[in-house]
Amino acid sequence: MTDAHHDAEHHDDISFIRKWIFSTDHKTIGLQYGITSLCFLFFGFCLVMLMRWQLAYPMKPLPIGFLANWLGELRMPGGVMAPEFYNQLGAMHGTIMVFLGVVPLAVGAFGNYVVPLQVGAQDMAFPKLNMASYWVYFIGGVVMLASFFVPGGAAQSGWTSYSPLANITVPGNDFWSRLLSGQTVWLIGMVFLITSSLLGSINTITTIIQLRAKGLTWMRLPFFVWAQLVTGFLLLLAFPPLEAAGVMQLMDRVAGTSFFLPTGLVVSGKELLVSGGGSALLWQHLFWFLAHPEVYVLILPALGIVAEIIANNTRKPLWGYKSLVYSVVFLGFMSFVVWAHHMFLTGMGTTINAFFQTTTMIISVPSIVILTALILSLWGGSIRFTVSMLFALAFLPMFGIGGLTGLPLGLASADIHLHDTYYVIGHFHYVVAPGTLFALFAGIYYWFPKATGRHMNDALGRIHFWGSLIFINGVFLPMFIQGMAGVSRRLYDGGTTYLHAQDVLALNKVMSHSAWALGVVQLVFIVNFFWSIFRGRQVANDNPWDATTLEWATPTPPPHGNFTHVPEVHRGPYEYSPPGAKRDFAPQHLPEDA
Amino acid sequence: MSDHTSGTSHIKTYLAIGAALLGGTIVTVLAAKVHLGIILGIIVAIIIASIKGWLVAGYFMHLLHERKGIYWLLALTGVFLVVMVGLLLWTYGDQQGTPHGIFQAPAHKETTHVP
Amino acid sequence: MSAAIEIPYNTTERPDTGLYNAKLGVWLFLASEVMLFGALFSTYVLLRVNAEVWPTGAQILNIPLATLNTVILILSSVTVVMSWTSLKMNNLARYKLFMGLTLLCALGFLVVKTFEYRAKFEHGLLPSTSTFLAIYFTMTGLHGLHVIGGILVNFYLWLPGTKMWRTDPERFTNRVEVAGLYWHFVDLVWIFLFPTLYLLPGK
Repeated sequence: MTDAHHDAEHHDDISFIRKWIFSTDHKTIGLQYGITSLCFLFFGFCLVMLMRWQLAYPMKPLPIGFLANWLGELRMPGGVMAPEFYNQLGAMHGTIMVFLGVVPLAVGAFGNYVVPLQVGAQDMAFPKLNMASYWVYFIGGVVMLASFFVPGGAAQSGWTSYSPLANITVPGNDFWSRLLSGQTVWLIGMVFLITSSLLGSINTITTIIQLRAKGLTWMRLPFFVWAQLVTGFLLLLAFPPLEAAGVMQLMDRVAGTSFFLPTGLVVSGKELLVSGGGSALLWQHLFWFLAHPEVYVLILPALGIVAEIIANNTRKPLWGYKSLVYSVVFLGFMSFVVWAHHMFLTGMGTTINAFFQTTTMIISVPSIVILTALILSLWGGSIRFTVSMLFALAFLPMFGIGGLTGLPLGLASADIHLHDTYYVIGHFHYVVAPGTLFALFAGIYYWFPKATGRHMNDALGRIHFWGSLIFINGVFLPMFIQGMAGVSRRLYDGGTTYLHAQDVLALNKVMSHSAWALGVVQLVFIVNFFWSIFRGRQVANDNPWDATTLEWATPTPPPHGNFTHVPEVHRGPYEYSPPGAKRDFAPQHLPEDA
Repeated sequence: MSDHTSGTSHIKTYLAIGAALLGGTIVTVLAAKVHLGIILGIIVAIIIASIKGWLVAGYFMHLLHERKGIYWLLALTGVFLVVMVGLLLWTYGDQQGTPHGIFQAPAHKETTHVP
Repeated sequence: MSAAIEIPYNTTERPDTGLYNAKLGVWLFLASEVMLFGALFSTYVLLRVNAEVWPTGAQILNIPLATLNTVILILSSVTVVMSWTSLKMNNLARYKLFMGLTLLCALGFLVVKTFEYRAKFEHGLLPSTSTFLAIYFTMTGLHGLHVIGGILVNFYLWLPGTKMWRTDPERFTNRVEVAGLYWHFVDLVWIFLFPTLYLLPGK
């Protein structure tokens, strides 16, 4: 009986709670992150499906009677959405999707599950810290959800929480009203989520640096691991300023300070009785200092997943591995110096605008290099159109559209017309929704067999793919048209009262119906996911995709401790179709002569 | 750093650094009492604090004997810190037009409400 | 407890990086803390540059008490590094002495801080009174929370955590070193906070 086998058996002796609830095993924690974040993703999507009713049929009562009743007269008076509720839905949709959905899925779930396996480690460097990270995230999520139920409702100043609006939304003026208000609870929730992120990033970085298997040199790392390493650094160094800003906004709301309140501010005709001397722009700077690197946190793991799946399903090495690595590191570095392109219209001088515009144009270069390398990787490949490959392939043009539409936004003069319009919403959703989310779906279909020993149903997967691809474009493509027509974002009525929006109003119905259809298609995925856990076609062996990276060198599913033999790496990560070999792939861990 | 034989030379070093830190504290408090003017006062305070900080980091935190990797991490952090503070200040200095920049709301005028 | 998988380099250093895991981990954490306090220091700079008036610390704050706190924290830095040295010289009793002194200093710091804060509140000097006081309370408050965190960690290593000395003394020594690094950082932040808030001339 090998040591690992003994450990795995021993592991079964621990209590249910220690094994599944408070587990320190990175795979269990990864699955916990995965299930929780998928639930939040779906919930966040439901919030926007509700918003899209108001946008397509403004001021009409919701036809789903029991839902309108349950939401109550305060949120849906007479079944018609109240403007405050619309704003809550908008702010919480953004917050939940970014901080409770995509990042925990991309980094918490995929990062935790796959990275230790791909570097040949038995677990993360700090297993107990890993467990703590998950539970702090969970608590943060509960706090965020609770914010819907406090007096005045959830945060309603956008996920960006700009001061002074975010300072002054209180249901009452006494201390308790200010404490138990949506925005305050949002800030408290953010403190938990930021803490979870920080602890997680420390774990990821240490694991990659310290626990690589023998022979796994830096340039033999799978690109997915490089992407997670850079992501870890972004989370580590960019989040703390937002934490500081969050603390200061909390002080403003609860202790009456004026960090973000300028002197002489007048609200509803009355001058605010605060000391003044603060700056609303300071919030924006500190917020975007994080939030720009945050968007790279959203995309880098996705690029990593797509890279793995493309290499595997073209049966050839990735084109330009070195360029990919240098690009992703350069991208990570540059992401810290572009943030004020979100603030072109705040009255900054032309010199500063020119500076940030320049850095923003520069940062598009490594993104394009990475996208090009991935596209070039297809050339001459023997492509297998598995469901994961379909999602990975679709990612490429979708991310391309997202990236290209970012360019006019990054140029200060063009941004004057496009800032705060639906064009922006279209741009960032293209990168995150048919971009990152498609890559995450690809990852789920790809690694599901390793985690469960079963394949997800192929036919349902293809329905999920095609339905999602069609309807997601139906939701977001019209946004560019509306944005260029001048329709502002965060409009409660979708533009009905604006003359310049009249010609493009009909698109609201197109987008809403597409969104609802997209929601229905996701049900196919949910059914497939759970059904396949129990009834999916069993894998033929431990490496059903004939892949080269180390996670496929484990039993299925991997036991506690992962590897039956300590792996040693002998070659790069994408040795597909090596010349003169018998098989069309050479796994990293097999000795030279295998 | 896990294989040092005698700790006594280290103890002497630590005590010396501790004394230097206490001395630095006295110096900085006394310097503040001297009216150096704002700019010089700030510069002197920052220099003394930096020296004290370097002593704590270099000796107590063993940074002077630490591996290069940690230096790179701190250098990277330092760069981003400078970027954050520097660009923030530059942005303030480059405000368009408004006399008080971003720290004062525009003067309150009577506005007519457009229906 | 979960099964005994051996995470390598918990105690010994990885040859190519020269670090053991927790040391890298704590330096990464400290890097993030640098950004956290850095954001607050940059807020101080921005608020001050744009204020029409800005008090000299001596006008509002208690310099003697803060100087005492600075001395206390410096002493605690010396004692915590001595506690680590004691472990490296295999002397558990001296370790307990010095770690105990560190904890005493830390608690003393908090006691002095409490007096300081209470005096402010009694004179009606609240965070809402001015941006100077706002940044003062926020920075020293956040620093104080970090002191409390350090007390909790050091206390654990002083009493219940000492069990590990018997089973895995090298790993325990590393834990104390790592906790010490964090504590030195807390001291380091105060070394910059003290002159910034208390000693700089106003305008």
